[in-house]
Amino acid sequence: MTAIPALAVEDLSVEFRTRSGVVKVLEHVGFSVDKGETVALVGESGSGKSVTAFAVMGILDAAGKVTSGRAMFGGSDLLALSERDLAEQRGRELSMIFQNPRTALNPIRRVGRQIADVLVRHGGATRNDAPQAAIAMLKKVRIPDPERRAEAYPFELSGGMCQRIMIAIALACRPALLIADEPTTGLDVTTQAVIMDLIGELAGESGMATIFITHDLALAAEYCDRIVVMHAGHIVEAAPGRALFDHARHPYSAKLLAATPGETVSLEALASIPGGLPDLRRPDLPPCRYSGRCERRTEACDQPLPQRIVGDHHVVACWNPL
Amino acid sequence: MLNLLLSRLATAIPSIVGVVVVTFMLTRLLPGDPAAYFAGLAASPQAIAEIRTKLGLDKSLPEQFVAYVGDLLQGNLGNSLSTGQPVVTEIATRLPASAELTLFALIVAVGIAIPLGVLAAVKQGTWVDHLCRIVTTAGVSLPVFFTGLLLAYVFYYLLQWAPAPTGRLDIFLSPPPDITGFYLIDSLLSGNLETFWSALRQLALPAISMAIFSLAPLARMTRGSMLAVLGSDFIRTARASGLSPRTVVFTYAFRNAVLPVITTLGMVFSFLLGANVLVETVFAWPGIGLYAVNALITSDYAPVQGFVLTMAVLYVTLNLTIDFVYGLVDPRVRLES
Repeated sequence: MTAIPALAVEDLSVEFRTRSGVVKVLEHVGFSVDKGETVALVGESGSGKSVTAFAVMGILDAAGKVTSGRAMFGGSDLLALSERDLAEQRGRELSMIFQNPRTALNPIRRVGRQIADVLVRHGGATRNDAPQAAIAMLKKVRIPDPERRAEAYPFELSGGMCQRIMIAIALACRPALLIADEPTTGLDVTTQAVIMDLIGELAGESGMATIFITHDLALAAEYCDRIVVMHAGHIVEAAPGRALFDHARHPYSAKLLAATPGETVSLEALASIPGGLPDLRRPDLPPCRYSGRCERRTEACDQPLPQRIVGDHHVVACWNPL
Repeated sequence: MLNLLLSRLATAIPSIVGVVVVTFMLTRLLPGDPAAYFAGLAASPQAIAEIRTKLGLDKSLPEQFVAYVGDLLQGNLGNSLSTGQPVVTEIATRLPASAELTLFALIVAVGIAIPLGVLAAVKQGTWVDHLCRIVTTAGVSLPVFFTGLLLAYVFYYLLQWAPAPTGRLDIFLSPPPDITGFYLIDSLLSGNLETFWSALRQLALPAISMAIFSLAPLARMTRGSMLAVLGSDFIRTARASGLSPRTVVFTYAFRNAVLPVITTLGMVFSFLLGANVLVETVFAWPGIGLYAVNALITSDYAPVQGFVLTMAVLYVTLNLTIDFVYGLVDPRVRLES
């Protein structure tokens, strides 16, 4: 593995101010993605995967606040950039694909125009060349009949087509980092595979780093070099995909694996994870936010979380790893 | 697009037919006997009966209705009893006055309400937002005739900034040549700035009272709609693509947010057609609202019918226009035709 991180997130903490108090959505989150590498952020809903991505992109809700941390990207800290400078980077150097491609596109603007907008904004094409460049992008994401499709509105296209458009928008300016936030949610299984293959292929072509956010461990294992497991705003385990599948060390990762349908596991053997995410508004949250659901909990768990290196690129935040 | 327009036009026909029936019935059911009114206080019963025959009021309602529709088809709305003039001519001369007032008020309202609503949504929670809330609350709580009276009291009576609320033009000026019927435009076309200035001054107060009244729903809808759109997924995509705040707010958000505003605009316009009657009365504005009120007081059927019909046709035309504009902005509507 090359050792040039495209993105290095360190000690990232995010709080949300809500009516019922401050929610510590992320705490001391740190991970890195190397050039050309694909890293999966995995966890159940509410574990902070998307918030991590939004914080890095600088598109958090007004209620969200980054309270600590750095996100080093191309020599600068994304979290410290002004909104103006960050907007320059977004779409050009770092891009994002969202779930629900149908609602993520402007409903009353022709898709070709939407791709052209990004190109023109970042100097990828002049106003005159942009329509042609947009069609070239559509061709690249393998949309049949791109000239005609460029004139279509999102409601005239299928979900899979819309997601291809999203990919075309995200990759139009050849970014160094792509964040794909559950890009296949809401698509049928065959389309899922096609979209994932497409992202993988285009990323490989340009040496782009990819962060793939999903709750589907099987999908993550298939397409990603490394997997970062998140739970309630903490990173509990980070490991190469194979290593995680072979020997997950964190009790939560193990439960997550057991809850993932695979070829070897029968449906009856699928386990659900007991308990739910802790209430992140509580002021007395334990150091390990999984301890409330954990079967291996001991007194040691009340101490601050460790970062144990248990293998090659394999880190686990647990006092009693498996 | 043309198909859409034609199909909407077809759906408008039943409304027009309905209005024709209702106006006929309504005016016949109104209290008061026009024949008695027309004959005068000292008229003998024979004289009244004679007039009734002359007006066709002694016939049965269906017969009267057939006669009424027959006249309508020939573009004849009957004659006003009080002036003796054909209603069509009177409405035609008075309609531009009302139209100028209403359109001017609407332009003022839109010019203020939309920027205010957009700013309030983009800068949510700041002073602009509070200003927007105050303006909209004031706008909905003040009845339009009250705003009119208040404005006239303050700006004419107390401050003497505005001219006397008596019509469209200073009494010493003659109206500009009749080109469009809109004094502001006609005076400019004929290069008469003095007339233009006078017409504008006369127009200011009634137009502002109507604008204040229509500002509220427009600003409120713009703000709400902008807020909803700004929170939607595709705005997040636009921001994640690094598009400039201007592109995000105007090209992406506003164009989507404007759809419900257009609908509201149609509603506001129809409110204004109604509010016209009150404002014209307050400011002695020689429009069709004032004409209808006077006719109603004297049980003069024909002008009232003419007024209601004109309003109905205006209203239907307005809705067609709204549908058309909607189709221009939203491709999804175009597809449904």
